[in-house]
Amino acid sequence: MLDEDVIRRTLATALKRGGDFAEVFIEEKTSSSASLDDGRVEEVSSSRRRGAGIRVVVGETTGFAHTADLSEEGLRSAAEAAAGAAQGSAGVRDVGAFSRKTVEPTHEVRDYPESIDKEIKVEALRRADAAARAEGGAIAQVSASYADSRRRILVANSDGLIAGDEQIRTRFSVNAVATGDTGLQTGTESPGRTVGWELLEEFPPEQTAQIAARRALSKLEARPAPSGKWPVVLKKGAGGVLFHEACGHGLEADLVARDASIFKGRVGEQVASSLVTVVDDGRLAREWGAYGIDDEGAAAQRNVLIEDGVLTDYMWDLLRARKEGRKSTGNGRRETYMNLPMVRMTNTFLERGETDPEDIISATPYGIYCVALGGGQVNTATGDFVFGVTEAYLIENGVLTAPLRNAQLIGNGAEALRAIDLVGNDFDTWAGTCGKDGQGVPVSSGQPTLRVSELTVGGTGA
Amino acid sequence: MTSKRDLLVIAREIAGSARGSEQIEARVGRGRDTEVEVLRGSVESLTVAESEGVTIRVVIDGRQGVASAGSLDPEIVAATLEDARDNARFAEPDEFSGLATPGELGNAVAPDLNLWRDDLALIPTEQKVEMALELERAVLGANSLVRGVESSSYGDGANESALVTSTGIEAVHRRTSASLGASALAGPESETQTGYGFSVGRTLSDLDLEYAANQAANRAVRLLGATQPKTQHIPVILDPLVARTVLALIVSALGAESVQKGRSMFAGRTGEEIGSPIVDLIEDPTNPEAFGATPFDSEGAPTRRVDLVTAGVLNGYLHNVTTARRGKTVTTGSALGSGVGARAAYLRPGPLSVEELFASVPHALYVQSVSGIHSGTSTVSGDFSVGAEGLMVRDGVFAEPVREATIASTLPRILLDIAQIGSDLTWLPGGGAGMTLLISDMMLSGS
Repeated sequence: MLDEDVIRRTLATALKRGGDFAEVFIEEKTSSSASLDDGRVEEVSSSRRRGAGIRVVVGETTGFAHTADLSEEGLRSAAEAAAGAAQGSAGVRDVGAFSRKTVEPTHEVRDYPESIDKEIKVEALRRADAAARAEGGAIAQVSASYADSRRRILVANSDGLIAGDEQIRTRFSVNAVATGDTGLQTGTESPGRTVGWELLEEFPPEQTAQIAARRALSKLEARPAPSGKWPVVLKKGAGGVLFHEACGHGLEADLVARDASIFKGRVGEQVASSLVTVVDDGRLAREWGAYGIDDEGAAAQRNVLIEDGVLTDYMWDLLRARKEGRKSTGNGRRETYMNLPMVRMTNTFLERGETDPEDIISATPYGIYCVALGGGQVNTATGDFVFGVTEAYLIENGVLTAPLRNAQLIGNGAEALRAIDLVGNDFDTWAGTCGKDGQGVPVSSGQPTLRVSELTVGGTGA
Repeated sequence: MTSKRDLLVIAREIAGSARGSEQIEARVGRGRDTEVEVLRGSVESLTVAESEGVTIRVVIDGRQGVASAGSLDPEIVAATLEDARDNARFAEPDEFSGLATPGELGNAVAPDLNLWRDDLALIPTEQKVEMALELERAVLGANSLVRGVESSSYGDGANESALVTSTGIEAVHRRTSASLGASALAGPESETQTGYGFSVGRTLSDLDLEYAANQAANRAVRLLGATQPKTQHIPVILDPLVARTVLALIVSALGAESVQKGRSMFAGRTGEEIGSPIVDLIEDPTNPEAFGATPFDSEGAPTRRVDLVTAGVLNGYLHNVTTARRGKTVTTGSALGSGVGARAAYLRPGPLSVEELFASVPHALYVQSVSGIHSGTSTVSGDFSVGAEGLMVRDGVFAEPVREATIASTLPRILLDIAQIGSDLTWLPGGGAGMTLLISDMMLSGS
C-alpha cells in the first residue's frame, strides 16, 4: 500500500522527540450497500475511506494523530502531531529493520463484493421482499438491505514489524412488520460472514426473509412472558451474545487494568460451572469477527479464557501486554484509522458439551426457551446484565408451548456462568457489532443449546 | 489536507456538474478534534486530528444514488460523484423523491444560532489536559466511597460544512463543541457500582467540572447496597437522562417516514389525544441551548419550531421534503441523514421542582439508568420493557437502591401516564432535553 522507506521515515519523525514505541496504521476501505423499503429499492450507496493513524508511546502516554493524506508530507505532518501530543523528551530511538510478517488466511473469499453486478445484489433484495410477503397477508411491511465491505490494512512499527491483511465482509438483513389484533409486531434476521457474495448461498435471501417474517407473525400470537425466576434454555447461537456482554468484556485486559472487571485477580479460580469452556478465536473461519492480523499487526489466534469453569487468561492488546511483559493475544482492534486500538473480542463462544439439545428441553418441567435475543447491556464492573428476548417460547412439562413476547433476561454474568447445568452437543453463532468507548467492530458470539438453572425473567405477564 | 479550499466553493463545483435532468446534492465538511483521556494521574492518550469528507446524492429520473468519501482530494471527489451516478442506476424510481427546490422549503428563514466560539482554537492543549486530570481528582475527592475512576476525559471539536444542490439550495454552517466526562467506581471490589457524569458546551469555559465530578460520584455511591426489588405495579420517576431516552423513542415514531410506511404506533392519530393533558411536546432545533441545534436540516431546509403535541393532542408529524410531497404538506425542516428525525425535542417544563415532584407521590421507583433499550423497546409495536437501576423513593426522599429489575409499559401508555413534568429542563448531548418525569404506573419486575 505504501513504500517501506516512506513508512520508515514516518516512524523516524514520530520518534524524533524520543519515545518507547511508534506505529503507522494505514487503512483503505470501500463499502457498498442498498436498501429496499415499502416494496422499492430506495437507495443504493457506497463509501470509501483511506488514511493513516500514527501513535507514539512515551511511558504511560500515547500521542495519536490521523490523516486522510497518504502523501509523505501528509504522513510527516501527522507523525509530528502525534510526537507533539506524546510530549517525549527522552533520547532518539532507532527504527529497527522491517521484517514482514505473513499470516495464512483462515479461508478463501470467492466472490469479491466489486465482482458482483449491482443488479444481482438489488435483485436479492426483491427476492427477500417477495418471500417475506408470501408468508401471509398479515405481513404489512418489509425492508431489506445488504452491506458489503473490503478493508485493507497495513501496520508497521518501530519494533520492525510490518504486516498487512485484507478483510471482506458481507451482511444481509430483513425486517418484517406483521399486523393483527394485538397491533404491530416486528421480526428481524441478519446473517453476516467474513466472506463475499457467496454469503447468500449459505443464507439465501428467501430463507432470511422467512425467518424475519415468521418471527413477526409468531409475536402476533404471543402472550406476555411470565415474570419471575425460571430455568432458561438458550437455543444454540442465540445466547452467545449474553456471554459476550456479561463475561467477555470483563475478560478484556484494559478493563481489568481499569479496575472495572469482576474477573480482576481471579486467574486460576473456578468462576463458572465445570461444564463451561469459553474461547475467543479470531481464526474461526468465515465468522463475522475473523481476521488474519489485528489492527496492531498481531496474528489472530485461539485464546482459551475459561477452561472447565476455571479462569485461564484475559484478552490482550499490544500496550497492555507490553506492560506485563507478555505477548498480545491478537485482540487489538480499532473501528477505523481515526481511532486508537484497544482490547476487543473477535468470535467468542462457549464450547459444545455432551447433552442432546432435545433432552435439555424435555428435562425442564417449566421454563423459558429463548430462540433469539436482541441487544443487551452489561455493567462490566458488576457483571449485571439485561437482555431483550426477540423470540421465545414457554416450556411446560418438557415441551415447547406458547410463544412469548416482551421477555427480558436479567442477571449477573458470573452467577449465570455458575448456574449453567446442561450443555448441548450442538453449536451455532450470531453476528453482531460490539460497541466499546464509541467504537463499533464486527464480532460473532456462539454457544451450544444450554440451560441456566435460574434467571430472572422480566415480563409483563403474571 | 494539503490545501484548504473554501467548502462552499467545492460544494458548488460538485453540484454544478449536474447534466441534463440529473440533480446533484453535495455536502462537504471539515473538522478538527482534540481528545484527552487520563488514568491515575497521567495522560493515557492525547489525540489531535483533522478530518474531512464529502457525501454526494444524485437523483436521475426519481432514482437515487449516494456515495461518500473521507477526503476532499479532487480526484477522490470526482470518483465519488461517478460512484453516486452509478449507484442511482440501480435504485427504483419514486414519484416523490428528488432534491428539494427553494420554493418547497416554506417561509422559514434559517436562524442565526451562533454555535461557533473562536476562542476554542486558541486554548493550549496543556489546559485541556489539565482539565481532564482535574476532573479525575475531583471525582476521587467528591465522596469517600469512590475508590477509583474508570475513565476521565476532555474532548472538543470544531466542524464546518457546506451543502449545495443543483436545484439552487445553499446552506453553510459551523459549530464548536466541548465536553467533559468521567466514570466513577464506588464501593468495595465485591460490590462495585459505576456512575457517569458529564458537562457539555460550545467551548471549554462553558464546562462545569464540579457538576460533572459530583454527578459521577453521586450516581455511583447512591447505588451501593442495591438489591433486587419485589415485583409490583408502582409509580415511576424518570431521571432526566432516562426521560430523554424515552422521549426520543416516542418522537421517532412521529417521523412521517415511519408513519407513511406503516411502522408507527401513532399513524392516523392526528387530532387525537395521545398524551396526558399536561403534555406539550416540542421539537425546536432553533434553540441555541439545544446540543442538537442547527440552522439547516440535512436537505438544506431552514429548521423551525414544531409543536408536535399540544395539551396531549397530536398536531402532526415531522417531515422532510419527500414525506411532505407524499403527504401533501410542507417540510418541517426535519430531514436527518436520508430520513426524518428530531434533533432537539423536549417537553414543556412543569411547575414542580425535583423536590416538589418527589414529594408529590408517597412511594415510587426512581430510575437512574435503563438498559436493553434497543432490544426491549419497539417504536413499531410500542413495546417497552427495559432493565432498570435506581432507588426507591419514600416520603419524598431516596430510600434503598435497586438493581436487577425491569420496568415495563408501552410507549403510548407512558405518554398518557405522565403525571408530573419537572421544571428541571436539561439539554443533553446527542440532542434533545430531559427533565424529571413522574409516570403514574409501570410494572416493576424483580423477585
